[in-house]
Amino acid sequence: MADILPFLKSLISVSGLSGFEAPVAGLIEERWRPLVDEISTSRVGSLHGLKKGTSSRPGTKSEKKPRPSVMIAAHMDGIGMMVTKITEGFLHITNVGGIDVRVLPGAQVTVHASRGEELPAVIAMPSAKLLPESAGDGALSINFLLVDTGLTPREVSRKVRVGDLVSFANEPMELAGELISGHTLDNRASIAALTVCLEELQSKPHLWDVWAVATVQEEVSYLGAYGSAFELRPQVAIAVDGTFAKGPGANGWQTFPLGKGVGLCIGPNMHPFLHKKLKELAERLEIPWFLDVTPAHSGTDAYPMQTTAEGIPTALVEFPIRYMHTPVESVSMKDIQRAGRLLAEFIVSLELDFVETIVWE
Amino acid sequence: MPTFGNAQLKLLEKLCNIIAVSGDEGEVRKIVFEEIKPYADEVKVDALGNVLATRFGRGRKRMRVMLDAHMDEVGFMIVADDGDGIYRFEMVGGIDVRHLVGKQVFVGRERTPGVIGGKPIHLMDTNERTRKVPLDSLRIDLGLTGKAKVSDRAGFATRFRRAGPSILSKSIDDRIGVATVIELLKHAPSNIDLCAAFTVQEEIGLRGAKVAAQYFNPDLAIAVDSTPANDLPVFEGGENMTYNTKLGLGPAIYIADGSTLHDPRLIRLLHETAEAKKIPYQFRQPGGGGTDSGAIQRSLAGIPTVSVSVPHRYTHSPISIARVDDWKNTLNLLHAALKRISPALIATR
Repeated sequence: MADILPFLKSLISVSGLSGFEAPVAGLIEERWRPLVDEISTSRVGSLHGLKKGTSSRPGTKSEKKPRPSVMIAAHMDGIGMMVTKITEGFLHITNVGGIDVRVLPGAQVTVHASRGEELPAVIAMPSAKLLPESAGDGALSINFLLVDTGLTPREVSRKVRVGDLVSFANEPMELAGELISGHTLDNRASIAALTVCLEELQSKPHLWDVWAVATVQEEVSYLGAYGSAFELRPQVAIAVDGTFAKGPGANGWQTFPLGKGVGLCIGPNMHPFLHKKLKELAERLEIPWFLDVTPAHSGTDAYPMQTTAEGIPTALVEFPIRYMHTPVESVSMKDIQRAGRLLAEFIVSLELDFVETIVWE
Repeated sequence: MPTFGNAQLKLLEKLCNIIAVSGDEGEVRKIVFEEIKPYADEVKVDALGNVLATRFGRGRKRMRVMLDAHMDEVGFMIVADDGDGIYRFEMVGGIDVRHLVGKQVFVGRERTPGVIGGKPIHLMDTNERTRKVPLDSLRIDLGLTGKAKVSDRAGFATRFRRAGPSILSKSIDDRIGVATVIELLKHAPSNIDLCAAFTVQEEIGLRGAKVAAQYFNPDLAIAVDSTPANDLPVFEGGENMTYNTKLGLGPAIYIADGSTLHDPRLIRLLHETAEAKKIPYQFRQPGGGGTDSGAIQRSLAGIPTVSVSVPHRYTHSPISIARVDDWKNTLNLLHAALKRISPALIATR
């Protein structure tokens, strides 16, 4: 199997903020095209890759049911910023998705100017003398921060307009111990895991159809997962997303060691039967895993998929991300490989009557 | 006049991309040494690590003119090993702790990649989200098996780049001064003995400049540095009265700062030269702050000193911004001013 790292690096070297996923969608489509039978884009921009199963249902022609399908979904959108106002060539910004304002001062960004240019820029923290006293001396609210392109006010007003996107622009960095670090690994790392899964499936026959879906707008409204689950109406859905890794400042019960395996999430968003099957499979394959519990809402695409149409049995496969929602999110490549392999093996294990075997107790 | 073009920008890029935290200036020292060797008549590295080079002029009554630029930058030192690739660090020089979360760094001479992370926003309450993260809760993370030595220095991993009329880079303070003094040494006018001091430890107390001045014993000195431009809009509107300097207005000539009243004869030399040669210039707003000139002025029997800076925004942060033209004009102004130096300049007050 090809090394997935170069692909993941390319995924975190482009933008694709919530609602504006086209740059990353293009890369994913190119990579998935040879791995799937059909590829299409949903009405709201999610990418649907169909890898057909090998089964044909027995029975007379009139009774013939369509092949069952499983949807594996990872969101491709990322958090970022948007221009709200321009003053003397400096850009005021607001957040797109859950931005931690404390990471912004001094961050390298790209301004996606409406005239098609990508302008390198920096997020500036104005000195206290220029700010009202209410700004305080703590973390500055995003309202007080400015984006500086280094261009003259005239050039800026010619190129940039309100509503233009601003994305993180620091380059990917490999860290010791097979870690990759950069912005938007939440959730491009899961796109890599889906890709690993599709690659594994090239040599492994599976009865079910597989919909590999790269969803849009998870960080703001789950729009993509809602629409795709509705359109594709899979019998089973699995979301892939990051969870919190242990690390400096994060050691509570919600955190898990980096590089030590995949997370299988349990809670109201997940069907316990699917969870059990994934758990048994991980144990049989000796894929290290840990139990992640979400008492209410998982905060992932598992929620919209579960509650679409008449309801879809849903599971959530995860891996730990250190420093989530910062530009230096860090992920273990081993965990990504493990998540991809577990997904593939689960798909291979699906018998035609799997849905009928799903039980509650 | 020195030429100004791609070669100069390439040199600046090379100087900005390397890391040389105060007390560990070796990487810059190496480049300075290579660049100046063919042009200097005498070069030495002194007990603190300053590179001190002299290029003699020709003719009689030559003034000894010291040009100073500091090689060091603000950064970090690894102070404790927490295990599993996680290290505690202290700041070297004045860095606002709010610039640290979520930044990439290089550690040690091997430039081991690392990151300064932060707790996920999802695991914080509103109160915590609005507080600044104190240094003692930050760590440099080199990855699960990453290794560094306690005492290693670290710096921001920002890469130099051009953007329209500007340069975006770390350490413009004071690699732009180092590059300027290198160019001036290469193109030294023959009416003076040019004493180039590439100094250490400016950011933690002007230490290198002090001994450099005592070594050279110059007739006068010019500190070439980079000063903040706080020329951003005032949030609530109105005029920005405390901009210090503004990008694009040319070299900033110091009159008074927190430690020095600069020599009026040298201030006059600079601004008369600028006027005569039609080189844009600005006076830095008198106020606090300081450069190596503070240490040089008070050395020996006292040394007439002035300070000239290329303005840059976002000082001591992961990325600063300066204008290429401001640098070019600084180089041109200094070169033209050096040519006008004669004993008469400081013969009377």
